[in-house]
Amino acid sequence: MSEPTSFEFDAESEAQIAKILPRYPAGKQASAVMPLLYVAQKQMGRQTGSAWVPRVAMDVIAARLGMAPMRVYEVATFYFMYNTKPIGRFHLQVCGTTPCWLRGSDDVLRACKDAGALKGYGDTSADGNFTLTEVECLGGCVNAPILQVDDDYYEDMDYDSTVKLIEALKRGERPKPGSMIGRQTSAPIGGPQVLNGAED
Amino acid sequence: MALSDKDRIFTNLYGTQPWNLAAARMRGDWDGTKDLLIRGRDALIEEVKNSGLRGRGGAGFPTGMKWSFMPKAPVEGRPSYLVVNGDESEPGTCKDRDIIRHDPHKLVEGCLIAGFAMGAVAAYIYVRGEYYNEIQVLQAAIDEAYDAGLIGKNACGSGYDFDVFVHRGAGAYICGEETALIESLEGKKGMPRLKPPFPAAVGLYGCPTTVNNVETIAVVPTILRRGASWFSSFGRPKNSGTKIFCLQGHVNKPCNVEAEMSIPLRELIDRYAGGVRGGWDNLLAVIPGGSSTPMIPKSVCDDVLMDFDALREHKTGLGTAGVIVMDKSTDLIKAIQRLSAFYKHESCGQCTPCREGMGWVNRVMLRMVEGRAEIEEIDVLEQVTRQIEGHTICALADGGVWPVQGLIRHFRPLMEERIAAYKARNNLPQGLNMAAE
Amino acid sequence: MAKVTIDGIEVEVPNGSSVLQACEAAGKEIPRFCYHERLSVAGNCRMCLVEVEKAPKPVASCAYPVMDGMKVFTDTPVVRNARRGVMEFLLINHPLDCPICDQGGECDLQDQAMSYGKDGSRYHEQKRSVKDKYVGPLIKTVMNRCIHCTRCIRFAAEVAGVPEMGATGRGENMEVGTYVEKALTSELSGNLIDLCPVGALTSRPYAFVSRPWELSKTDSVDVLDATGAAIRVDVRGGEVLRMLPRVNDDVNEEWLGDRSRFSFDGLKRKRLDRPWVRRDGVLKPASWAEAFGAIVQNVRGQRIGAIAGDTMDAESLFALKAMLAAMGSTNLDARQDGAKLDASRPDYYLFNSSIAGIEEADAILIIGSNPRVEAPVINARIRKRWTLGGMRVGVIGEAVDLTYPATHLGTGPADFAAGAEFLKGAAKPMVILGRGALAREDGAAVLSSAWEIAKAAEALREDWHGFNLLHQFGGQVAALDLGFVPGERGLDMAGMLAGGVDALWLLGADGFDVSRIKPGTFVIYQGHHGEAAAARADVILPGAAYTEKDGTYVNTEGRVQRGRMAVPPPGEAREDWRIIRAASQFLGVTLPFDTLEALRAEMAAAHPVFARLDQAPLPGCTDDAGPEVTGGLSAAPFGLPIRNYWQVDPITRASSTMAECAATYLRPALAAE
Repeated sequence: MSEPTSFEFDAESEAQIAKILPRYPAGKQASAVMPLLYVAQKQMGRQTGSAWVPRVAMDVIAARLGMAPMRVYEVATFYFMYNTKPIGRFHLQVCGTTPCWLRGSDDVLRACKDAGALKGYGDTSADGNFTLTEVECLGGCVNAPILQVDDDYYEDMDYDSTVKLIEALKRGERPKPGSMIGRQTSAPIGGPQVLNGAED
Repeated sequence: MALSDKDRIFTNLYGTQPWNLAAARMRGDWDGTKDLLIRGRDALIEEVKNSGLRGRGGAGFPTGMKWSFMPKAPVEGRPSYLVVNGDESEPGTCKDRDIIRHDPHKLVEGCLIAGFAMGAVAAYIYVRGEYYNEIQVLQAAIDEAYDAGLIGKNACGSGYDFDVFVHRGAGAYICGEETALIESLEGKKGMPRLKPPFPAAVGLYGCPTTVNNVETIAVVPTILRRGASWFSSFGRPKNSGTKIFCLQGHVNKPCNVEAEMSIPLRELIDRYAGGVRGGWDNLLAVIPGGSSTPMIPKSVCDDVLMDFDALREHKTGLGTAGVIVMDKSTDLIKAIQRLSAFYKHESCGQCTPCREGMGWVNRVMLRMVEGRAEIEEIDVLEQVTRQIEGHTICALADGGVWPVQGLIRHFRPLMEERIAAYKARNNLPQGLNMAAE
Repeated sequence: MAKVTIDGIEVEVPNGSSVLQACEAAGKEIPRFCYHERLSVAGNCRMCLVEVEKAPKPVASCAYPVMDGMKVFTDTPVVRNARRGVMEFLLINHPLDCPICDQGGECDLQDQAMSYGKDGSRYHEQKRSVKDKYVGPLIKTVMNRCIHCTRCIRFAAEVAGVPEMGATGRGENMEVGTYVEKALTSELSGNLIDLCPVGALTSRPYAFVSRPWELSKTDSVDVLDATGAAIRVDVRGGEVLRMLPRVNDDVNEEWLGDRSRFSFDGLKRKRLDRPWVRRDGVLKPASWAEAFGAIVQNVRGQRIGAIAGDTMDAESLFALKAMLAAMGSTNLDARQDGAKLDASRPDYYLFNSSIAGIEEADAILIIGSNPRVEAPVINARIRKRWTLGGMRVGVIGEAVDLTYPATHLGTGPADFAAGAEFLKGAAKPMVILGRGALAREDGAAVLSSAWEIAKAAEALREDWHGFNLLHQFGGQVAALDLGFVPGERGLDMAGMLAGGVDALWLLGADGFDVSRIKPGTFVIYQGHHGEAAAARADVILPGAAYTEKDGTYVNTEGRVQRGRMAVPPPGEAREDWRIIRAASQFLGVTLPFDTLEALRAEMAAAHPVFARLDQAPLPGCTDDAGPEVTGGLSAAPFGLPIRNYWQVDPITRASSTMAECAATYLRPALAAE
């Protein structure tokens, strides 16, 4: 997929934009550049199956917000979560920062490569299903290691559960995000030791 | 004496109950908020000051004092803003996530009260972009609060108008720095601003602004309800209150837990996280307060208290209270190198020492992991970190080099052994000063 | 004022000054890369760190405000270590390609590395490599060398008003450029080269041409627009290799338009380097004596007139006018464009508010002009004023992108009322009337109407002169100062072309359609480039371009400045006043000066303004009576005299650099036509 020649917000996006713009004071519309980049990225995902922000979309956003296009390019390339190149249908984001690494993120990476037919970070699978990215700390460290698929955190992963998850994605299933070992969110394995009503 | 549940602020930390308004009210949120506001700005700030609350975002600045820097009477056309820092990105930290997704009304109510206390017209809650699902919850909670008249026009019937908005980040650790966050909120790259001027004078949109961490704001309503003395009864003087700790790494039961400040590290790990994997004696080192805080070896961990001052005595810090436990199986050099890679990745690129230095540090650390280096290069590495530290606009660079300094301070022999082993393995002469290729 | 102690030296600086400024006031040199006094403060290079008493860390002096009683230390171990550290960091990823870098010898990084750096490298890792960027035909980029000071980004956004440069990505992968491959749409892009402290942005035409120490440098003044920018002409081996701006805060600050900077290669092409005489209908090479002989033969006793070009030096204009006077002719005109200028009073044709005075204005009405292409540096001054706030700009004429917002009030004289309304209430209103707006049938009426608008806006006061005429070239105002316009019973240009004279002396006059010259008229062309006018000539006298003679020029605000000879004229070409002096001898009306000094003395005696060198126009207006009203206004909209910024005169038209610019920037426009 290459750079499209034009971009236009669709009705769904326009409805989102109508909610976003009033959050910022008059004359400060530039504040909406980050939300609008997300809107554009989502729309591309909806329309093409690849959630990314083409340059023409940045230009449309610049015009909409009265910004110089360059200022939008800067924002889009500064923040890691805007994909300025096309990506696969599912974005596999492996946290490789120390807290996840201590708990086995290397295994998660290996499982992604094996199950997703991916050569390594930055690769998109031949079938266009998966793009593999190493991300920095996702802020779910007590549930490490974490694999983020698009917007969802899959937590307490290991090699096998990662393979299982990817196979499910291939089948078109979307397993429920959260702990893969049945933990109650950030509570310890086996259930909360505090706030468990034991003191009542 | 361990903290009892009745003294826990975040009673839905694990999301065992619904997050919604009805459930939040059952937990005591939004109870008599108007009466709190009626006490007046000065009284609220005084109470927060007396509670000893220090910022929960890492730097530990006294919260009440920060609020008192805001102008008493805003100038026409320059409204004051509260900006809430939910860009939780410090490796090892995942406490704000639980507040946002499980107890969002504590945060929203805290916004109103803190905003009122500093005379702000609105709060912008900046949440890291990866917390997409958490943001949906927070937005829904805000919508509920608007619908119930708790915020917006005449918030809680107080006669005070106050808006709360969520702004989603997009993957940039630097936006946790308060002026970078403001830049980001204004639609720019998250590059920290030169100070002075400070945000309280020139912040968001050039207006007076206070930036507070999510946890800081979320504990405010409870402090005001239960009183400053209640809050300050926990922990040592100047380190008071309760705090959410994120216990992770090589522990048997990683978890978040709200505990009292100044709790001994060993007790924290043993009581709440099921102990160190393989037992306390299997402990190698702990990063006590998120990635920026230098690690401490087991000998320090044995009896150190978890608060600002105790950890500072050991040349580290409480930071965000993300406790990263590493047992004896850990390759410490690799663990720290991965943090160097993190800081290199997250440097905004503005200041020369950070932009260029972080890459240098990481590249040398990569060789140190292998041992493909000279002993003397450990000193060079140390010097390079000193050349970075304190020479930049913001503190990212400082936080980025401290872990390396901590490694060298406590585990230099390990690095030397690694180098010697590499040389032995590759039949290189030991101790010869040669370029490392 | 704040009292600050720098290394024990007490200085007083204005409140709001930076520590860096205070250090400079104390005579302490503070190294810097990102800081530039004409740009916003970035504070990112960290080279200017100093110690301030009680500050926990060294502070960036460029950004740190002074406080009364502050103690600053610029030479402590902490400061020295900080500088050495920053230098080391800047150099680890900087290529060691100084030997092939055009910045070599005038590189801030090189210089400061010598002063503040270490002598060896401790960096054993791979250096960063960055893809070079295309930012236009004038700038060569070697982005490996970029030190991310962001001066170029700030200049483009703040001064040039084209926010097309930026830094994409982040951290050590941050790259400066335009993201989308495109030429920077600025007439001031060359200034990026001067601003870049390293060799990341260098002059493309100058690539690998010379080293700075090989160049002889001549201070001069630009004539390719009417700004009168201070320039330095860099020469090696009799060839102009480079043009750079010099600082003149009253005129160009330190900026220079691209046309003025890069068109000098046109000085080498299509040059007239020997006399020519038409024989049997064909121009043939000739000696000076033969050329003058032909003139004597065809001119003596005939009706003669002279038309002057737009970039001539005052000396040659004065000499030619004197020679014609001696021959009894007052047929003179220097208005090739036919502009209905009124030379009877200087403030009818000058930029009276002065260029620096723009910074005081609070409302500007632009009539029939696009200052962005007619005088980009003056336009940048308007933009500078606009960025400070509290100033509005209105335009009558074509709605063009001026790089700052402007209210479009209308297109022609019919909209003058709206213009007058627009200025109402301003404390220091300015009317900027483009010379192009006078080059039409109703030009005289436009002139007097514009004056009346200024008068109605109370812009014509003893403390403020808000009427401004914007000329297009460096020789135009001097010609008016010298009265190079029809004298009593003299013919104007149209009259001369229509057959009113038998012989026509064209002094560098290349800006009109020569087919208008009545056939049979004997044409003498004196100038430096072989264009249409030379081709029409019967005798060609090879003159000197502005870099090849000592000459006096007057800019649009009436500032008299001296250009200096940087190279001799090519071949047999001569300085123009000497040619005229020689001709006068042949024609038997020998002019009474044979040195430049004598000529200048006489010129200053006849026209005292030429004795006031390098001075701003006299402030204020003492007589608000306007130019004579002749005729009515037409309904026709104002056009624009210059649409192709890059090619406007024989020099720029001969320049291949300018041709490349025109092709780059005008291609879309041409395609649309």
